[in-house]
Amino acid sequence: MSDEQVKSLEEIFEARIARDEKIEPKDWMPEKYRKTHIRQISQHAHSEIVGMLPEGNWISRAPSLRRKAALLAKVQDEAGHGLYLYSACETLGISRDELYEQLHTGKAKYSSIFNYPTVTWADMGAIGWLVDGAAIINQVPLCNTSYGPYARAMVRVCKEESFHQRQGFEIMLKLCNGSPEQKEMAQDALNRWWWPSLMMLGPTDAESVHTEQSMKWKLKRKTNDELRQQFIDQTVPQADLLGLTIPDPNLKWNDETGSYDFGEIDWDEFWQVVKGHGPCNKERMDARVGAWEKGAWVRDAAMAHAKKKENKKLKEAV
Amino acid sequence: MSNNNWPLWEVFVRSKNGLEHRHFGSLHAADADMALENARDVYTRRNEGVSIWVVESSNITASNPEHNGELFEPAQDKVYRHPTFYNLPDEVKHM
Amino acid sequence: MQNKNLFHYILGIADNSLILGQRLGELCGHGPSLETDIACTNISLDLIGQTRSYYQYAAKISEEDKTEDDIAFLRLEREYKNVLLVEQPNKHFGYVMGRQFLFDVYHLMLMQELQNSKDETLVAIAKKGIKEVSYHKRFSTDWVKRLGDGTEESNQKMQEAIDGLWRYTDELFQLTDADKAMVELGVGVDVSKFKEAYYTEVTEVLKEANLTIPESKYFTSGGKKGVHSEHMGYLLSDLQYMQRTYPNMKW
Repeated sequence: MSDEQVKSLEEIFEARIARDEKIEPKDWMPEKYRKTHIRQISQHAHSEIVGMLPEGNWISRAPSLRRKAALLAKVQDEAGHGLYLYSACETLGISRDELYEQLHTGKAKYSSIFNYPTVTWADMGAIGWLVDGAAIINQVPLCNTSYGPYARAMVRVCKEESFHQRQGFEIMLKLCNGSPEQKEMAQDALNRWWWPSLMMLGPTDAESVHTEQSMKWKLKRKTNDELRQQFIDQTVPQADLLGLTIPDPNLKWNDETGSYDFGEIDWDEFWQVVKGHGPCNKERMDARVGAWEKGAWVRDAAMAHAKKKENKKLKEAV
Repeated sequence: MSNNNWPLWEVFVRSKNGLEHRHFGSLHAADADMALENARDVYTRRNEGVSIWVVESSNITASNPEHNGELFEPAQDKVYRHPTFYNLPDEVKHM
Repeated sequence: MQNKNLFHYILGIADNSLILGQRLGELCGHGPSLETDIACTNISLDLIGQTRSYYQYAAKISEEDKTEDDIAFLRLEREYKNVLLVEQPNKHFGYVMGRQFLFDVYHLMLMQELQNSKDETLVAIAKKGIKEVSYHKRFSTDWVKRLGDGTEESNQKMQEAIDGLWRYTDELFQLTDADKAMVELGVGVDVSKFKEAYYTEVTEVLKEANLTIPESKYFTSGGKKGVHSEHMGYLLSDLQYMQRTYPNMKW
């Protein structure tokens, strides 16, 4: 194909997206579109899978049977969401194994918030309330993104996700209405998870490299800073309701903007974690790689058995 | 690393009797039995189905979007296939 | 307590579900594939659901001010009555599936019989549980066959698991005093009577899976009497951590 032909195809393609048409797997697409989508969808999938670990850390220690079941179901959903997203990504011509390989070698990124440790039960509440809250803000607009398989996966994810945040908030509520020790546990969790949750919505617009292109392809509907503001504005009243204090002395309602002003985010910390030097980066990767390697003989066995069965069937048919 | 990867399967679920099976998504499995079991655990854990089909993705033949013009556009102007093409007097009801 | 025997009979069944559910829960996020993670979590959730139904019933008849969580989390190790089989650790996926399979075959037989109990609550729990357990058995049986009749390595690993777990199977068919009393009343199930059917069924699957039936006639038991393996204490310190560290709080 000549450069000119590609250019005209690209124009047609962009026009389709501008008309809100969906792009489907076998449609022609610019290489950059494919690559960007593989990057974003897989990053999203990896975040779900790595995100199972900090919460999985508390399944065996959940304080009641009801909480244990809810937490198990939630972590299981995250596996499901990872699976939907990997499947969507695979329609772009890359296998799940290749995607895992990228994760395991550190080539692919995942949400840096999962590199923080879960040190008390209250962290299960804080993660559901704050981390899932921030994730939902990010995800809901994606139900309408331009790539069909991604949009469909997100519809399913968002539908299932709705119980996650409520589950987390309920845990916090119970702690805040409980003993002084429990309330302190809740405040401590908020103190530790607040800033990482704000960072989770991505670098500031000035620093964000992908925003403009992503807006055009409907991979993004609002900028990182807009999403962050939305998150803060919706979360502060919830903290009030819980009787907890947001750990930001500069947080203040601004009548003019109709939003909360907030303090400086420590972006050095953000980049340190993104670059692999957070408190649990190594542990998370060790767990993922370990599970994958320890499972190799199981996956091989299943394939070998399937082939044996197939051959037996063929022999019987002859 | 092992190259013995489980193939991809497409999952179709009937949400309740009377409805058709609908494409729900895909998953990996070593064989058809495992694909069915995995589909049950992945796609019907919120009571979404009463029947599941699985088919290995590589067994699906799909039309090529590049042929969409010749495949689908000729049907666009065959308006006489639709009831609204025919003009009837208002007195004729229920037809 | 008037219904002391019934109380203990219920715990004898329920503790198996709790401890096996706990073991499977440990695996969540660490399995060989996403699909198997989701499947094992489902089984764990079924078992924990069953546990809650049993404990709620036990709490009700205890005539003490007890909740399901008091029963689940606040007993001493010697008071847990699960069989040794279910507390064995997730050494590798072969052990996980082997343990599941050896338990599921028994569990389904128990549920089927429990449907004929004179106790309506137990009948209701069994009727619901039977569908879940049938699926567990299908799942674990398929995996034992896959691993047994897969590669040379998987065959060895599956054999190692069966050999390691075999000695815990006999305990499944032993009756405690509470069990005997409940059998007499037509409430409990005489599990000793399906021992033969159990070994026939298990043997058939293992053969199909290209595995050797362990020849050892030496068995270990004790769980039903509250004498557990050394693994149990660690399992309980996880399970009970919150309730022990923060007594008398609501979560």
